[in-house]
Amino acid sequence: MPITVNGSPVPLPSDPRVSLLDLLREELHLTGTKKGCNQGACGACTVLVDGERIISCLALAVQYDGRAITTIEGLADADALHPLQAAFIEHDGFQCGYCTPGQICSAVAMADEIARGLPSHVTGALDAGTIALTRDEVRERMSGNLCRCGAHNGIVDAILEVYGTSEAKVLEAAE
Amino acid sequence: MKVVEDAKQAVQGAASAVMAKAVQMAPDSWMPGGKPDPLIRAQHGHVGRPVSRVDGPVKVRGAAPYAAEFPLDGMLYASLVFSTIAKGKISALDTTAAEAAPGVALVMSYRNAPRMKPMPLFMTSEKACGGNDLPVMQDAKVYWNGEPVALVLAETQEQADHAAALVHVAYDEEHSVTALAEAKAKGVEPGQFMGQPLKFENGSAEEALAHAAHKVDQYYTTPRHSHNAIELHAVTVAWDGDHLRVHDASQMVAHTAWSLGHVFGIDEDQVHVTSPFVGGGFGGKGLWQHQVLAAAASKLAGRPVRLMLSREGVYRIVGGRTITEQRVALGADADGRFDALIHTGTTAMSHHNVLPEPFILPARSAYATKTMKLDVEVAYLDMVANTFMRAPGEAVGTFALESAIDELALDMGLDPIELRLRNEPDKDPTTGAPFSSREVEKAFRDGAERFGWSKRQAPGTRREGEWLIGTGVATATYPYYRMPGGAARITLRADGATIDIAAHDMGMGTATAQTQVAADRLGLTMEQVAFNYGDSTLPGTVMAGGSQQTAAIGASVMAAHRTLVTELLKLAGNDSPLAGLDADAVTGVNGGLAKIDDSSAHESYASILSRAQRDELMVEAEPPSPLETMHWSMHSHGAMFCEVRVNAVTGELRVSRFLGSFDCGRILNPKTAASQFRGGIIMGLGLALMEETQYDERKGRIMNPSLAEYHVPVHMDVPEIEVMWTDVPDPHAPMGARGVGEIGITGVAAAVANAVFNATGKRVRDLPITLDKLL
Amino acid sequence: MTPFSFNRATDQSEALQLAERGGRYLGGGTNLVDLMRETVEHPAALVDVTGLSRDIAETPDGGVMIGAGVTNSALAAHPTIRARYPVLARAILAGASAQIRNMATVGGNLLQRTRCTYFYDVEGSRCNKRRPGEGCDARGGFNRIHAILGASDACVATHPSDMCVALAALDAVVHLSSASGTRTLPLTELHRLPGDQPQIDTVLHPGELITAVELPAASIAAHSTYRKVRDRASYAFALVSVAAAIAVEDGRVSDVRLALGGVAHKPWRASRAEEMLRGKAASLDAFRAAAEAELADAVPLNDNGFKIELAKRTMTAVLAELAGVDA
Repeated sequence: MPITVNGSPVPLPSDPRVSLLDLLREELHLTGTKKGCNQGACGACTVLVDGERIISCLALAVQYDGRAITTIEGLADADALHPLQAAFIEHDGFQCGYCTPGQICSAVAMADEIARGLPSHVTGALDAGTIALTRDEVRERMSGNLCRCGAHNGIVDAILEVYGTSEAKVLEAAE
Repeated sequence: MKVVEDAKQAVQGAASAVMAKAVQMAPDSWMPGGKPDPLIRAQHGHVGRPVSRVDGPVKVRGAAPYAAEFPLDGMLYASLVFSTIAKGKISALDTTAAEAAPGVALVMSYRNAPRMKPMPLFMTSEKACGGNDLPVMQDAKVYWNGEPVALVLAETQEQADHAAALVHVAYDEEHSVTALAEAKAKGVEPGQFMGQPLKFENGSAEEALAHAAHKVDQYYTTPRHSHNAIELHAVTVAWDGDHLRVHDASQMVAHTAWSLGHVFGIDEDQVHVTSPFVGGGFGGKGLWQHQVLAAAASKLAGRPVRLMLSREGVYRIVGGRTITEQRVALGADADGRFDALIHTGTTAMSHHNVLPEPFILPARSAYATKTMKLDVEVAYLDMVANTFMRAPGEAVGTFALESAIDELALDMGLDPIELRLRNEPDKDPTTGAPFSSREVEKAFRDGAERFGWSKRQAPGTRREGEWLIGTGVATATYPYYRMPGGAARITLRADGATIDIAAHDMGMGTATAQTQVAADRLGLTMEQVAFNYGDSTLPGTVMAGGSQQTAAIGASVMAAHRTLVTELLKLAGNDSPLAGLDADAVTGVNGGLAKIDDSSAHESYASILSRAQRDELMVEAEPPSPLETMHWSMHSHGAMFCEVRVNAVTGELRVSRFLGSFDCGRILNPKTAASQFRGGIIMGLGLALMEETQYDERKGRIMNPSLAEYHVPVHMDVPEIEVMWTDVPDPHAPMGARGVGEIGITGVAAAVANAVFNATGKRVRDLPITLDKLL
Repeated sequence: MTPFSFNRATDQSEALQLAERGGRYLGGGTNLVDLMRETVEHPAALVDVTGLSRDIAETPDGGVMIGAGVTNSALAAHPTIRARYPVLARAILAGASAQIRNMATVGGNLLQRTRCTYFYDVEGSRCNKRRPGEGCDARGGFNRIHAILGASDACVATHPSDMCVALAALDAVVHLSSASGTRTLPLTELHRLPGDQPQIDTVLHPGELITAVELPAASIAAHSTYRKVRDRASYAFALVSVAAAIAVEDGRVSDVRLALGGVAHKPWRASRAEEMLRGKAASLDAFRAAAEAELADAVPLNDNGFKIELAKRTMTAVLAELAGVDA
């Protein structure tokens, strides 16, 4: 079975050593997904697999046959911007731009995890049905995406703007 | 002006004290910046507005191409083999298995590498930018642990990496000096920075210290640091005959072109270096051996080559900030005025670079003192050449100096802000030059109010559950630099203008801020201005370093603009409403030129050009030498406020609040400048809390060449960071602006350490402040 | 990375057959692929076993059976785990990043290898775990993250898992399968202390497959937690971690489970401390005394002596918090 990348089927690499990251970058020339460490330590290579975020550098491409991959290039149609992409620009959630695609892909999946009620390390009660998107929740859940330029505040602001519910914003204000 | 000509030499590194004095004594009007940039007065244009980045859309879409993202036909992938000894010779090198591995095109080593000159060492001439000046794979000698000893080219990265692992190297090891204690025992040498000794004495500081009413005398240490830009160093190269094309990740494209030309014995014009997007630099993205090796291998193979260093590779061959051991001693009279300021110590350096970490730089201009002694000594190690990393000197020097001031304030029972302000100098304490602009007190007072400094409690008295809470403050400081070598080209058309300059944007917002500036200067909208950079064929030799690009580009565009206006007025001739006016009498407004203070005397660029039957007007000019940096003492400052929480059980340290109040002249773009300030502060938090390049002194090997084991701050480590600024223009800087890129990292570690003391009563003088030091 | 063949096992018997022929099991790849790229590991063949067992099911006797292919994320998110074994959910959520937890499997997590930087430095450093007998450069080197308990002259590495620390405290049982049949092992017996064979991390036989991890029913587990102490606020391995569950009746400790992470070559079940506490009055002094006893044999290296006091303090604080005793 092929891998689907941004909706298009892509044949598996013949060399099983090829990571999903290198398949994207070197064979498909989808270079929006970045290589920052190639060791699972920076999150720059974050992509979505069937909607869930993974790091593509430690993913052997052959392990992902039949799965649907979404990269930064596939988040929005052609010239349009995903609301989070627009919010990153507005809140200056990046400087050099290298970790940015990974941050954005990661945040899109993170919002979905919160919507599904999945807890994090900073979630108070594990059995609570819903989880508020507070600044601390975002900071903890985004900690797998390093940024060396120091755009952390802008990134969190952008995420809160797009995904923050009014309830979360009230909680935030009360913090 | 003879004095100006001679002084040019001085600025370029061969300074004599006499000449420096002459520049200082010369009238203001002779100096660049002697007449304030007219743009400082313009308050209603694009400058000063929080404009979003011009390259934002392309970056958030992942469509911005970085150095490893230029696929070339027939390109080979490179992989490196690194030495595992610090000094000696390769005794055996077996490449047969590697050469026989699938996909391998060639294995390069000292045996078959093309003959090349060493890289011209950074700062040894105007465009020299090599990180070291060692032979690059030219003989069997090994100079540091981690030096490239072989390079494999293959059809895929996977094949190249595998083959590199099959290269077998054996060594005859020689005695190397890898421990600082041994290096010190072998003798230290005086440090030199940019041609100047890192030594200064005024009066008998030790004696004054001995007799001072109040004193502190302490030792502080800071470890090695790595830049860790998230983008790995990468280069894609191709030869076309004797012309070399280089897609680089660079903070210095023109320097790199010249230096690579030198290495390969070709003219700088035969090397074309571009770097449109750089995934972070921080001082690390200069010329290192990987660009040379990639070009050499490409030459040997006759095919284009991509070399993207592994993260380990970055640590092995790109130097970082080196280690320091600092003594700060302060003596004060009963009122807290300094009788003595002593800042001395030792730093480690390789034999093949030019940067002893100049940690005394802050002390040169920060405080008034009756006597002063500053000294940096260098101990030499066999290690990867250390280099410039964000605020070299100031980042770690302020940790020692500003911690010591906090210690003195505590000892005297004085508020640490008050102690600092009592020692505000009225002229530069080391050169005697007047300050161009200095609003330190305003930065402190405004920052203290916003932070709520007055609510600070006595050390060890604030606690919430397990967490001890404290606040601290420190001074941030960084000089205004403008290096020689600027030049810019303006191409004016009826519908807009293009600015060309070989400068850089690694995320600082250069292109955005300079588009704003150029639009205001020309009287155009931002959409009408294109700012081209990151290409060695463009005018100028403008390094993205020393926070000097804003000034260097600003001055270059000012110079080109003046030429442009002069030419336009000539073209306009006597039929123009501008007839008879000279360049000083007009300004760019509404897509044309107008008489200053009388906008009715206006002619559009379209009208001037069409009457002259010109499609475009192209001018290029260089700014005057940066003598303003000698005539005035030009520095930015900041007041850094920090709140920390220290866990009483585990010693875990978290920064819960941070406020930086800056005095950096005029802020050109509040949005991108705030990001620069925050970015510096966050790197400062890393330096304070967690960062250390682990250099194993037994073998001279870096043991944590990885983002998993070298910790940089993650989102959870970064609180909301407030930034504010005086926005008082510097009358002697282009646009009234001093740089903002590096000052943010300065003072942070001291603010944190001072807050830790306030929280716990424990003084930590050795960075990073990890929990084991607080248990 | 050394070339290898890749196969995806469609069922357990196929996996075992492929392993018989020299295949190495591959879970999410977050550790093994990294080690292969670093040339620490050189398997000639990989057998992807992530598809074999992704179920989490309650057992007839009130426990939970967790398939080895369950991802860390799925396990931490499972309602039963969150409600009845919070220490396990908390431990998983304290580890790595969300992206990695989405990939990493339960089986793979158990077989993580150490983060010792000398172990990773294939070309430049000596490591008995990589090349038995050549020596250990971590001794006398940077060993801030290394072991204080159960280390040997040959090896001072630690096991990096958070999840395993919780599993050790919960008396988890590992289900194994091989060509010669199936067997079970207490998790605490899966990992070895290094002794003079630090190259061997576990007692697994060649080709043996972890098929599931079983959590026995334990009402005490509902009152449990995990505390991780690390240099960064997130996304860092533990310097010291504590998994604990405690039951207090009439002011006395009726039952207690304690395990430590970041201190030894294996998840460290603090049996000595548990024994001391059972039946004792739940007090800060008793907790501290138990912690002292557990760490009595701790041996510091040049950089990691702080871990001894840190472990004692963290154990004491976690027990006090769970027992509702004021610290």
